[in-house]
Amino acid sequence: RVCGWPRSGGIRGGAAMDLFGDLRRMNKRQLYYQVLNFAMIVSSALMIWKGLIVVTGSESPIVVVLSGSMEPAFHRGDLLFLTNFHDDPIRAGEIVVFKVEGRDIPIVHRVIKVHEKGNGNIKFLTKGDNNEVDDRGLYKEGQNWLEKKDVVGRARGFLPYVGMVTIIMNDYPKFKYALLAVMGAYVLLKRES
Amino acid sequence: LRKNVEDFTGPRERSDLGFVTFDITADILNGKNGLQTFRNKNTFIIFDWNVKQLFLYLSAEYSTKNNALNQVVLWDKIMLRGDNPRLSLKDMKSKYFFFDDGNGLKGNRNITLTLSWNVVPNAGILPLVTGSGHVSVPFPDTYETTKSY
Repeated sequence: RVCGWPRSGGIRGGAAMDLFGDLRRMNKRQLYYQVLNFAMIVSSALMIWKGLIVVTGSESPIVVVLSGSMEPAFHRGDLLFLTNFHDDPIRAGEIVVFKVEGRDIPIVHRVIKVHEKGNGNIKFLTKGDNNEVDDRGLYKEGQNWLEKKDVVGRARGFLPYVGMVTIIMNDYPKFKYALLAVMGAYVLLKRES
Repeated sequence: LRKNVEDFTGPRERSDLGFVTFDITADILNGKNGLQTFRNKNTFIIFDWNVKQLFLYLSAEYSTKNNALNQVVLWDKIMLRGDNPRLSLKDMKSKYFFFDDGNGLKGNRNITLTLSWNVVPNAGILPLVTGSGHVSVPFPDTYETTKSY
């Protein structure tokens, strides 16, 4: 708490002006404090995310399901928790999240075929539970198999509905800005006594 | 279980294509195959309040000259909570083409079929469980050229 601040504002004269100067100075310091607080919260969040990336071995340890191709197990808006340990072999039946070369959007499907050579080289085929055909149509032109390098991670756990927030924010950017503004205002204005 | 093997021009160069028909008997509710009997009173119930569905699949696992390990899912089924947990399927044909990556099915004596399932919870961990009991299937040394299946 800032108290007993030197009253240099008194030079302008008048007790009211004194008080006003006081208030403005106290608020500015308070403001800097709040901004630092905010920055600390953001940094901590980033650190937790980076920590998750390290612990799980996956570049994107939490993903949101975007399509209905794995229904009725996963629906649009569900949240998936991934791991991507180097020594974990890829086996039929596992749910993997992969990226097709050249595309940004990761896909969540199940492994239905695996062919592994003695030296550890693996190639595999995936298919969405809710799809009639396998994913060859989704792969790159001429690509028939996926490899370990295409894998973002293996689904180990899941939470329903929670990821809907991300989808809404994506589809309605105004909602995203409004949410950020509210969060920012809350952190900046919250007083710690 | 009957099997034919045919050289088939599949999605890419000629590879072995296997045909298998199978019976499945399973008592999923208690996590055991129907072939086994209860050993004790503490059998776990697989369909508890947190299980939304089971994704069952029959996979064939084998080795070939080309590849040390091959796994091909032949058949799958989604079993929702509330469905009959006892399976008794006879004379099923494989749902998916049993292509090998190469010509490793001909004369392969040791193809193991196992039934496994993925437990999908309402929220939480997604385990993969393999049922106990498996069957070994040998493929013949020659190719069939008949079209019937």
